[in-house]
Amino acid sequence: MPATANGVTVDFRALIAQQSVRRRRWQELREGLIERFLLLNGVLAVVLIALIFVFLFKEGVQALESIPLHRLIGSEVRSFLSGTMEFRMIWQPVSTDPKYSIVPLVVGSLMIAIPGTLIATIFGIGIGIYLSEVASERVREVAKPVIELLAGIPTVVLGFFCLAVLATVLQQIYDTTYRLNALLGGLGVSLVIIPVIASLTEDALRMVPDDIRAASYALGANRWETIWRALLPAAISGVSGSVILGIGRALGETMIVLMAAGNAALVTANIFSPVRTMTATIAAELGAVDHGSPHYYALFLVGSLLFTITFFVNLTAEVVINRARRKLKL
Amino acid sequence: MNTISKRAQSAGWIAAIFLAVAPAGAQPVKKITVKGSDTMVLVAQRWAETYMQSHPEVQIQVTGGGSGTGIAALINGTCDIANSSRPIKVSEKQKAGQFGSAVKEYKVAQDALSVVVNTKNPVGVLTMQQLGAIFTGEVNNWKEVGGRDAPIVRYSREANSGTYVFFKEHVLLDADYAADAQTLAGTAAVAEAVANDANAIGYGGVAYFATRPACKILKVKHDPNAPAVSPLMPDGKSINYEAVYDGSYAIARYLYCYTPGKQKPGVKEYLQWIVGPEGQQIAKQLDYIPIKP
Repeated sequence: MPATANGVTVDFRALIAQQSVRRRRWQELREGLIERFLLLNGVLAVVLIALIFVFLFKEGVQALESIPLHRLIGSEVRSFLSGTMEFRMIWQPVSTDPKYSIVPLVVGSLMIAIPGTLIATIFGIGIGIYLSEVASERVREVAKPVIELLAGIPTVVLGFFCLAVLATVLQQIYDTTYRLNALLGGLGVSLVIIPVIASLTEDALRMVPDDIRAASYALGANRWETIWRALLPAAISGVSGSVILGIGRALGETMIVLMAAGNAALVTANIFSPVRTMTATIAAELGAVDHGSPHYYALFLVGSLLFTITFFVNLTAEVVINRARRKLKL
Repeated sequence: MNTISKRAQSAGWIAAIFLAVAPAGAQPVKKITVKGSDTMVLVAQRWAETYMQSHPEVQIQVTGGGSGTGIAALINGTCDIANSSRPIKVSEKQKAGQFGSAVKEYKVAQDALSVVVNTKNPVGVLTMQQLGAIFTGEVNNWKEVGGRDAPIVRYSREANSGTYVFFKEHVLLDADYAADAQTLAGTAAVAEAVANDANAIGYGGVAYFATRPACKILKVKHDPNAPAVSPLMPDGKSINYEAVYDGSYAIARYLYCYTPGKQKPGVKEYLQWIVGPEGQQIAKQLDYIPIKP
């Protein structure tokens, strides 16, 4: 309503309307800018990953020009004792006759990732179940942040702990020849993965609707039977997704294995023997290698292989976890 | 190095720049490219830094890459001085000779390596052949070299290490290390591993092990009939320079600089300075062994 004062008519409503239009326009502009900024960030992340991918493979593929494919599996080596030529899989890039077998490195990575993930699965799922189903609210409030804190410890500290403390303990228990070995590396890596699996397992269990719990108890099941027969099967996608994610983390872990796994490139299934992972090889050798040498490209090839493996492992985990979310929301 | 001397250095630098730029702006800059041995890169860089301070008209660029890389660059004419931790091969000398006069050789320092075991290990002496057999994987039990019945746990260095290459060339006679030799980053890590492992054997610069408890530096024999010689003085701390100079300690070598027969201006003076008292003092400070005075 127009108001009159000293003969001047002021249309407050129109004024307010005008102001709010101006404000809305400014808001729209601002939101548009923010939206574009976020979009740019998202696109940039994807583009960066794509560029890393391209760079890695571009360098890695060049290894095949200087190293024949079969030499990446193994080569004929003269045996010291018998003097005969035999086929052996050796990673020995600095040599008069360099040997670039990737097999021991892949085996080494698996020898760390498999025991590491197994140990972490047992403890991680146990902790997850405890936090979600057993622990009281007060215990959970303390225990959960503590476990998540474990994930925040720098891996070099965990590696040092393995090297200085766990190695001696393990050697005394199992009386092993090698102080640094695959089991020690696996144990160290499991310390990193346990919080991942525990936290994702807990999330998965909490997402199970309470109806299922109630139904199970109503049918006369006790708590153990409810967890084992009703909740875990309902949450299995989320739980297995967390384990797969753990495998990806174990394959990519570098510092702990570099310090604790012994770094001898052996093709072995013995958990008490030292192993050399793909990650440790790259970390140890890339720093001082001649740019453009076959060794340099071979390391990039190892990197591309590692990237591909972890990419697909993580992709699988993502798909499995998403499927679980969708299923439980129904 | 303390801050005062650093400050004095930087002051010297600034003064040097002014001196170089102001009165003698027309004086040509002598550029020297040095390439080669990774073992020598540490001392070569220190030499270059120190020399450039007193000789502002000289610019020295030092890169590693390995002895072979350095000599190859010398042959191709892409470096003025090649650092090498091994003598030049006859074939390399011939290749370099195709492009003019013969290669000149300078012995610029010496280097000794020690082999260590745990103090719990009764073995105190090994021959060069036994060392080679142990690290190539021919010998796998301490019993075979006069010790207890226990497996040998080999600790080696990463392949990019100059020590790795020297040991491989000199002790393993260029054979490959045993596949189960564990590679560690740095001689300090080798010392730590050997100190914690009763069956271990490792190698590295003397300085890393001399003061370390639970590590025992082995005496080495050229062959079974030669005397056993330690790289350390009887006090167990300082380096036994004499044993290196008279060649009785087997795992020692000369470090070389090679130049083309026709040297770039400034190169000769630089190398004379390196083998002189000032250059040799720097080598000694960095735990290399100065050439025999």
